[in-house]
Amino acid sequence: MTAAAERSPAFGMTRARRNALLQSESVQGFALISPTFVYALILLVLPILVVLAHSFWTQHYLTIDHTFTLENYRIALTEPIYRDLLWRSLYISLTVSFFTVILAYPIAYFISFHGGRHKSLWLFLITIPFWTSYLLRVMSWKVILGYNGVLNSGLMGLGIIDEPSTALLYNSSAVIITLTHAWAAFAILPIFVSLEKVDRTLVEAATDLGDGPLHSFLRVTLPLSAPGVISAALIVMIPTVGDYVTPKLVGGKDGVMIANAIQAQFGKAANWPLGAALSVTTMLVVSLMAGATVLIIRAIQRLAR
Amino acid sequence: MTAMRRFFAGGWLTAYAFLYIVFLYLPVIFLPIFSINTAPTPKFPLTGYTLKWYEDLPKTPALLDAAWNSLIVGVSASVLATLLGILAARSITRYRYPGRRTINGLIMAPLVLPEIILAISMLLVMLQLGLSLSLFTVVLGHVLICIPYSMTVLTAGFEGFDRSLEEASADLGESAFGTFRRVTLPMVAPAIISSLLVCFTISLDEFVIAFFLTGTETTLPIYIWGQLRFAAKLPGVLALGTLLLVASFVLMTVAEILRRRAARRTQNEGGLYA
Repeated sequence: MTAAAERSPAFGMTRARRNALLQSESVQGFALISPTFVYALILLVLPILVVLAHSFWTQHYLTIDHTFTLENYRIALTEPIYRDLLWRSLYISLTVSFFTVILAYPIAYFISFHGGRHKSLWLFLITIPFWTSYLLRVMSWKVILGYNGVLNSGLMGLGIIDEPSTALLYNSSAVIITLTHAWAAFAILPIFVSLEKVDRTLVEAATDLGDGPLHSFLRVTLPLSAPGVISAALIVMIPTVGDYVTPKLVGGKDGVMIANAIQAQFGKAANWPLGAALSVTTMLVVSLMAGATVLIIRAIQRLAR
Repeated sequence: MTAMRRFFAGGWLTAYAFLYIVFLYLPVIFLPIFSINTAPTPKFPLTGYTLKWYEDLPKTPALLDAAWNSLIVGVSASVLATLLGILAARSITRYRYPGRRTINGLIMAPLVLPEIILAISMLLVMLQLGLSLSLFTVVLGHVLICIPYSMTVLTAGFEGFDRSLEEASADLGESAFGTFRRVTLPMVAPAIISSLLVCFTISLDEFVIAFFLTGTETTLPIYIWGQLRFAAKLPGVLALGTLLLVASFVLMTVAEILRRRAARRTQNEGGLYA
């Protein structure tokens, strides 16, 4: 029907009709998505704007003073405690995203290149633990690393150590291990998707032209999968910087992160504006770090070619 | 020679893949192991088999309340998120219009934002609007974080959907609603059920947002969080955690099976008759 109409001599009319149709399509499409869009506006965009506004205000006991001030940001950036927490959070999230990506890449590669008929089964196996409660996964690490925990009692049973080690739990390494485990699946999926898009004939061409497996991997497959590596790194880095549960359960005093300080401002300390400023600062700084990571990976990718 | 080398490369990778799976599953497996151990502290060697930690669970009224609350929140959040997800996924896969990508990006954003930021920003707005914190506010928060997952499942199910089937139905005199109910819905039903299950699982397991947005009521993760302070309560928490693990596992497996069926149904027409 439409094909016949397009070929008709009354070309101008068809185009006008098609324009009208397109317009009504746009309207229909927009109308259909608007409830979800409005929901996201009210519960995501508006709240973030409110946080932004609060970060420029001050609080006296229970009343909010609405005069504009940068005092909260001064505190957030210069008070040693917040500066240290922020640095530690950035360090932890950077380390965690580095390890998750490094550990995830071979798996994604294996599934994509050697998965054969069982690709989706492998993906399913890898994502299943991720769907179990995050709180429970953190808790199980506490069970493993604890003073009376699995690892200590296991090592003692094997005669490797004489008394339980306290070095396992309640420090930033415990936080890094737990988060690396918790976010594993998040890193595998984007890398897998980008590896699936790698044109296999290019790899063959590289081999035919005399590149060994390692060379063809480094010069063809790895650079072509860089977008997946980038999104994997970001998808792990940004959420982990604001993790609350892991530092609280396995971090101890040395593993406290910025989210714990933010929570305190909305809880016990009851200083919403400072909490808001800490949140905004965290988001800005992690965005900068994410941007830098993207630039670095792109630069490496260009070098590899 | 190359074949052999490739095999060895693949062999190393296979070994690594199995090790990785062990790394993924091992920590989680300790929960069920120690939940049926007689000793109250989770350490080796195991002392003996018991179900007493499980038997104690139904005798805890606070736990039953939390389970009931989780059920209410999970069902409400998954239904709402899936409804909003259906509208958005349908719009994204069926129509082309300016701003489509931006809106999609905004709707998907909660997936990559730190939960603490989402939680405190929603908390601030709700308090400003004068909403008292309750299970209702938890549902509002859970819907926001469930929509991206619902969208992912549903767009996969809606994509490649053959529009000519709907057109045929309309040409044969079926009303818009009738077409939706009798043609579109049966095609996408598996994706919708899969989305409901995924959202329910997320809501059931979600802690941070529920922790910030709830008033006095607790959900299961909040209940567990409260119990973690008492070392003596650990075995009960392990038992409850094991039940939650099993629930998530079963729900996600069913969701995955349905999702695949949905993909098969919409992506090759032959699937309907085969």
